Amino acid sequence: MSKPKVGFYWCASCGGCEEAVVDLNEAILTVVDAVDIVFWPVAMDFKREDVEKMQDKEMAVCFVNGAIRSSEQLEMAELMRKKAGLLVAFGSCAQLGGIPGLANLYTLDGIMQRAYIEAQSVTNDQKILPQVETKVAEGKVTLPKLWETVKTLDQVVDVDYYIPGCPPPAKLIVGAVMAILEGKLPAKGSVLAPDIALCEECPRKKTKPDKPLLKEYKRPHEIIIDPEKCLLSQGLLCLGAATRSACDSACVNGNMPCTGCMGPTSHVKDYGAKALSAVASILDLNDEKEIAAAMAHIVDPTGTFYRYSLPASQLHKRVGKENV
Amino acid sequence: MSDNAKPFEPRIVAFFCNWCTYTGADLAGISRMTYAPNARIVRIMCSGRLDPQFIVSAFREGADGVLIGGCHPGDCHYQEGNYKALRRFTLLKQVLKSMGIDEGRIRLEWISASEGDRVQKVMNEMSEAVRQLGPLRLEIPKEHEMAAHVAQGGAQ
Repeated sequence: MSKPKVGFYWCASCGGCEEAVVDLNEAILTVVDAVDIVFWPVAMDFKREDVEKMQDKEMAVCFVNGAIRSSEQLEMAELMRKKAGLLVAFGSCAQLGGIPGLANLYTLDGIMQRAYIEAQSVTNDQKILPQVETKVAEGKVTLPKLWETVKTLDQVVDVDYYIPGCPPPAKLIVGAVMAILEGKLPAKGSVLAPDIALCEECPRKKTKPDKPLLKEYKRPHEIIIDPEKCLLSQGLLCLGAATRSACDSACVNGNMPCTGCMGPTSHVKDYGAKALSAVASILDLNDEKEIAAAMAHIVDPTGTFYRYSLPASQLHKRVGKENV
Repeated sequence: MSDNAKPFEPRIVAFFCNWCTYTGADLAGISRMTYAPNARIVRIMCSGRLDPQFIVSAFREGADGVLIGGCHPGDCHYQEGNYKALRRFTLLKQVLKSMGIDEGRIRLEWISASEGDRVQKVMNEMSEAVRQLGPLRLEIPKEHEMAAHVAQGGAQ
């Protein structure tokens, strides 16, 4: 019997999701034994035309990581959708927009100016910006068109399942692959991870007060972090209360607060608003000015609470054309 | 554009707490006070029940402004719900500002059950402020907007 065919592809992402696949270590042998990898440009020599030649839905499943922010990524996402029976959004960027999604706070012009002209490490006296088309002696060369807006995978194509995380932990990946192979999949559209908040499973749960109250917020470099005590009760913006638990408390075990990469549980519609709500409501101050002063200590609240999920948020992107 | 055809009427969603502001709005009605008809009032038991998700969802669904009404500090029916509302509002306002939403589109007011005249005044002010700001135009992706990661339960 032929093995099910599997593909991997990446869009706007850092490569960490690809690393996560390699990080399966020995478990990858189990996966490779069970499936036939037919497309994985990062690791193996397959071309786009190899996929184009496939029958529709010839791949049993394709894992796509990264957000969608260019014409080429859209084409590839559509191609993968067509050729795969199941399309899985792999990692925070594909699921929620991820770190690249924070570009939705800026205009494309602003990003181009910053990256190719203003950045301190750039020398570009002629102020040349990347062009979609350039005429050279040999003819016309083209580049993909970068979009004004970063989108999640499910904002451009139909997605069957989601594997959360930045990057997804090995346990989730193996679990998802096995569930697919054994046909033990939940309802379409599910996130293939437990549906509970990180605080529920946190090793420091016992030290979390029933009613954590803070007089001020702190940043990790401002205090000596107690390695045993609930990070939120130490004043750190630990977002575990609003975040799905699927990471075995990796950051908390590293003595750092949760930044929310696993995204929301199924009960939450807008991750950032919910995380913000959790953090704001435990501030033990009642005076308007004192509250404002404590909140002012949170540097970049949008980047903190929507770090991985701006494109999937209710507001999606910044309103208007002016830059922040 | 059809927007040019008729004058812009702001759409405001007002979240009023049951015990103070909503009762205050009732008083304004009983007293036959007239005020701008732009707000759709949603009665909630306490301003502390107001999840910031409700506010961002209101903007997404087409609100041009959001008004929140709660009991005066110290007067909350549930002791401290209005303080929680104030804390969340303060932080959310910072986020909304960085998302390009003008501060004038969101307002928190303490209005007691006896302040019908204040409901009238705030409704008129808010309506006028949002009218000046014009419609809020969000760019929301339209196709394949499944948002299935939130619509359905996850699997163990």
